[in-house]
Amino acid sequence: MDIQLTEEQELLRSSIQRLLRDAYDFDARRKILASEEGFCRNTWRSFAELGVLAAPFAEEAGGLGGGALATMILMQEFGRHLVVEPFLETVVLAGGLIEAAGTSSQKEQHLPGIMAGEAIWALAWSEARSRYDFDHVGTTATRRGSDYVLKGNKAAVIAAPWADKLIVSARTSGDRRDAAGVSLFIVDRSAANLHLQSFKTIDGRRAAEIVLDNVVVGQDGLLGGEGEGVALLEARRNRAIAALCAEVVGAMSELNSATLEYSKTRKQFGVTLGTFQVLQHRMVDMFIAHQEALSLMQHLTLSLAGQQADCARVASGAKFKIGLAAKFVAEQAVQLHGGMGMTDELNVGHYFKRIAAFNIQFGDTAFHLARFARGEQVAAA
Amino acid sequence: MELSLSNEDAAFRDEVRAFIADNYPQEMRVPNPETDLTKEQMLLWHRILHRKGWIAPLWPKEYGGPGWSITKRFIFEQETSRAGTLPPLAFGVTMVGPVIYTFGNDAQKKKFLPRILSGEDWWCQGYSEPGSGSDLATVRTKAVRDGDHYIVNGHKTWTTLAQHADWIFCLVRTDPKAKPQSGISFVLIDMKSPGITVRPIITIDGTHEVNDVFLENVRVPAANLIGEENKGWTYAKFLLGNERTSMAGIGRSTRYLNKLKQIVQAEVDEHDPAHREFVHEIARIELDVLALEATELRIVAQMARGIDPGPAASLFKIRGTEIFQDITELTHRVTGNYGLAIREHPVSANRFMPGPDYGRTASEKYLNSRKLSIYGGSNEIQRNIIAKAVLGL
Repeated sequence: MDIQLTEEQELLRSSIQRLLRDAYDFDARRKILASEEGFCRNTWRSFAELGVLAAPFAEEAGGLGGGALATMILMQEFGRHLVVEPFLETVVLAGGLIEAAGTSSQKEQHLPGIMAGEAIWALAWSEARSRYDFDHVGTTATRRGSDYVLKGNKAAVIAAPWADKLIVSARTSGDRRDAAGVSLFIVDRSAANLHLQSFKTIDGRRAAEIVLDNVVVGQDGLLGGEGEGVALLEARRNRAIAALCAEVVGAMSELNSATLEYSKTRKQFGVTLGTFQVLQHRMVDMFIAHQEALSLMQHLTLSLAGQQADCARVASGAKFKIGLAAKFVAEQAVQLHGGMGMTDELNVGHYFKRIAAFNIQFGDTAFHLARFARGEQVAAA
Repeated sequence: MELSLSNEDAAFRDEVRAFIADNYPQEMRVPNPETDLTKEQMLLWHRILHRKGWIAPLWPKEYGGPGWSITKRFIFEQETSRAGTLPPLAFGVTMVGPVIYTFGNDAQKKKFLPRILSGEDWWCQGYSEPGSGSDLATVRTKAVRDGDHYIVNGHKTWTTLAQHADWIFCLVRTDPKAKPQSGISFVLIDMKSPGITVRPIITIDGTHEVNDVFLENVRVPAANLIGEENKGWTYAKFLLGNERTSMAGIGRSTRYLNKLKQIVQAEVDEHDPAHREFVHEIARIELDVLALEATELRIVAQMARGIDPGPAASLFKIRGTEIFQDITELTHRVTGNYGLAIREHPVSANRFMPGPDYGRTASEKYLNSRKLSIYGGSNEIQRNIIAKAVLGL
C-alpha cells in the first residue's frame, strides 16, 4: 500500500516543510542546542500557530483530526531537520495519553494548553533498572486521604527539564514487576519535593533524573484508573514507535542524499568516490534500507490508523527492522564521508547520533525482536 | 499483509483461490516440484491455466492475455505463489513470448504465440556462454548469413531444462566487427535442428536442471530472426527487465517460513537455548519478508496509478533471493544431523532416505538456492543497475 496524501495532509506537509526550511536549518539548530534552555520557544509557538500541535488530536478533543498519519507526516520532516523540540513527548505521548485515558475534566484542563503551545509535557516511565519494561516500577504512590503521595526515582526522562507537566508511572499496588499495580499520575514539574537533575542527551536534547520525595498529587491527578498504567503505556509505545520510525525515515533520506551527493563530488585517486564499485554497492544497500524502512513505516501507520489487532507486533517488527536499517545507513554515511563524517561541523554525525538515540527509545532491537517473536507465539496459542 | 481491495478485486481473489483449490493437480504436489516431475507432469498445470485463459497474465488481450489490471495480475501472482503452485515455465510465457509480440513480425506471432500459450512448445534460453556470464554482451556464438539461412556455431551454457526443450531463443553474434552490444542478433532455433547437442550439467545439489548446448553448423531459417539484425541487445535487455519484476517471491518465502517454524517445534526442545536462537533468527527473516512485502505492495499501488518503478525493481531480485537463501540455509541448519543426508537423483521411492519427511529436501534446497543470487543477472549486476539508473552513479 502506498499512502497518498489528501489535500489537507499535503498542506500540513508543505507548511511544516516551509517553516523548517526558513527557521530550522543546520546552523539555526546549532544555536538552539547551544542556548541555555536547549530548545526554541519561538519555534514551539510557530508550531502551535501552524496547527502542528493540534494536528493529530481528534476533532472532539479540539484537534484537527489528523491522527497517526498527521504524526507520520510531521515526524518525517522533524527527522530531516533533526528537530529537538518535544513534539513526541508533549503531543504524541502526554497528549495522546490524556486523550485516550483522561476524564472529560482532565481533557478540558490540559489539552487546550498542549495544542496552544502553552504547556510542555514529558513522560516519566523509566527507572534505573527498568530497561524497556513498563511494569518494572519501584516508585510508589500511596493513598493519603483523597490524595496520593509519590516516592521514588525516575531515570533519563527526555524533555523533563523543559516540561511544565509530567506524567509519572508509579505503583499503587503489588511488587516491582506486577503489571496490574501500576498507575499514571499528572504531576506539576514545579511541585514541592520534586527534584530534577538535568543532562544533555547523545542527540542534543535535554533529559533529567527525577527524584520524587513524597510529592503530593490530588485525586484529579490520577490518569486512567488505578492499575491501568501498563496497558495505557503499552498502547502508547506503539504510537511512539510509529512516530519515531517516521522521524528516523526522514533522517535516513537526508543521510542518503548527503552521502550520494558527496560521492559525486569528492575526488580521490583522480576520480570521484562514486566511481568505485564497492562504494556504489554500499550506497545501493543504503537505498534499499531506506526503501524498506519507508514501506514499514507506512505499513505501521496504516495498521494504527485502522486499529488493527496486531499493532503491537507490527510496531515491534518495524522498530527492530528500521532500527537496523537506520544504524546501517548512519554508520555507512559516516564511513563514506571519511574523516569529514567524524566532525561536529558536518550534519552527518548529528543524524548518526539521533539514530543512536532512536535505537534506545522505547526499546532496543533485542527487546523488539523478542517482543515481535513473542507476539506470534501468543497469537498462535 | 493484504492490499486493500475493491469488491471486484476481492471477488477475483476468491475466484483464483477457489480455482487453485479445485484444479491444481495432486500429482504435482511432490517434495520438490522443480526436480521431481516429468516434463508431462510439469505441463499439467500449464495446460489447465491455458484452458482457463489465465496462462499469460502479462500478455495483451489481442495475443491471448486475460486483459487484467496490474492489481489483478498481482493478486494472481500472490495467490498462485501462496498456494505453492508450480509457476508455468518462464522461458516461454514470461520471456520469449513478450519479445515475439513486441518485436516479432506477424508470421512469427502467428506461428509461435499460440504454441507458447498451449504449452505445445517448450522453450529454453540461449544467453550465457562459457566466456559470457554476467558480461553477456561478449557472446561469441556466431551466425553467418547463407542465403535464406544463418549458419550458427557456438556453445551456450547454463541452459535450464534444455533437455525438454523444443525451441531455444539465442543471442548470436552477426557482426563480429561492431562494438560488443551492437553486433548481436536474437534468433529462434528449433532444438531438433541437426548439429545441436545437449549435454547435462549436474549441479551441487545433485540435480539435472541445466545443460550445455552445443551448436555446430546449425542451419536456422532467416525468418527466425527477431526484429532487425544486430539489434538483439535491445530485445535481450527488454526480456531481462520482464524477468526481474516478479522476483520478490513473498508467497514462496512465507510458505517456507511457516514450514521452518514447524520444523523448529519438531526438532528443537523448547528448553534448549538453541530454541530461542532459532525463533529469533526466524523472526528476523520474517521481518525481512515483511519489509519487502510492504515495499512490493507500495510499488504495486504506484504502478496501478501509472508510476513505473523502473530499475528500482532490481531491489526485489536482490532482496527476494537473499531472503530465500537465508531461509533454505536456516532450514538446513534446523534439520540437524539429518542435514548430512541428501536425496539421490533422479528421485525414486526405492532409494533409502533417512529422517523425517520435512527434512527430505533440506540439503538439496540449501544447495540449489545458491544459484538465485547468480542467475537472471547476478545480484552484483543488479546493484550496478540501481547504482547507475537510480542513484545516477
